[in-house]
Amino acid sequence: METEEGVTQNVRSSDTPEVVSTEEVPFTVAGVVDGYRKCIPIALGVFAYGLVFGVLANQAGLTAVEAALMSAAVLAGAAQLIAMEMWADPVPVFAIVLTTLVVNLRYLLMGAALRPWFEALSPSKAYSSAFFMADENWALTIAEYRSGNVQGAFLLGSGLAIFSFWIVATVVGVTAGSAVDDPERWGLDFAFTAVFLTLLVGIWDGTGDLFPWAVAGSSAIVAAEVLPGSWYIVVGGLFGSLAAVSRRA
Amino acid sequence: MAVVTYATKAGGLWAMGKVDLSETVTHWLEAIPGAVIVAIVAPAVVTGGPPEWLATAAVLLLAWKSGSILLAMTVGIAIVWAVRHGPPVL
Repeated sequence: METEEGVTQNVRSSDTPEVVSTEEVPFTVAGVVDGYRKCIPIALGVFAYGLVFGVLANQAGLTAVEAALMSAAVLAGAAQLIAMEMWADPVPVFAIVLTTLVVNLRYLLMGAALRPWFEALSPSKAYSSAFFMADENWALTIAEYRSGNVQGAFLLGSGLAIFSFWIVATVVGVTAGSAVDDPERWGLDFAFTAVFLTLLVGIWDGTGDLFPWAVAGSSAIVAAEVLPGSWYIVVGGLFGSLAAVSRRA
Repeated sequence: MAVVTYATKAGGLWAMGKVDLSETVTHWLEAIPGAVIVAIVAPAVVTGGPPEWLATAAVLLLAWKSGSILLAMTVGIAIVWAVRHGPPVL
């Protein structure tokens, strides 16, 4: 009797499907907080060009509420800045939506790059996090994951930092806009570049990156000259990453 | 704008779920972040002038040595501001 029981128990326990997640990706409140905290320095940089967006929105005739709503719903800096430049009466809706699509094509590449980690998350967690993906916190999240701190909620947390600073900056820019009507005077336009330069240092993984990065940089520079909008990011990102693959193959 | 933006943000993630993540595809995905960031900054740095070049060198050095994003960013902005407003020595 005893042995039979033991056998059945054994069979039962080996039948129980183990959760064979090769890499476990936790999704916790602590991860959200960690992401938010670590993204604050970057969010300050985002604040700088959120002001720029607010100023442009004010010049385009949007109220603070309208501009803040756009920042909250769209959360895409480059696309919003370009939309403000295209804003007119009546609003060229189709042209703006099409431009938004083109400007944001880089997000396709960025989302794809998150897949190896996000695969372990439930679809609802992964796709709600995706809303909060902006260039800055995406890059920070990848750098964090590469350094071994793989927290599923990091993108959400860091995105919330960008989200909150971006909206506040938008409102400040609209209401107190005239004080910073020329951000270039203050060197604030460099905030964007500086943020990505520091993130690039964090992602650097040795001399093997030199060749693909050279390809990415040179093709982006050429594309920026000949193509409109932010196609250059898509072109450089594609060429550079494919160059890395061709080298390893 | 919101719909189109979200479609692109979720689209790449979704599409990669439809693809078998082979070794080659994984290598490609791993190479995307660096390439995209280089592509974002390269034109801005190259088409900038001496203020941007000097600030870029300082930001890279500081980010590498200190690891502090805030410090690197602040110094970078300060350099751009100072060189743009200072005497035209460069």
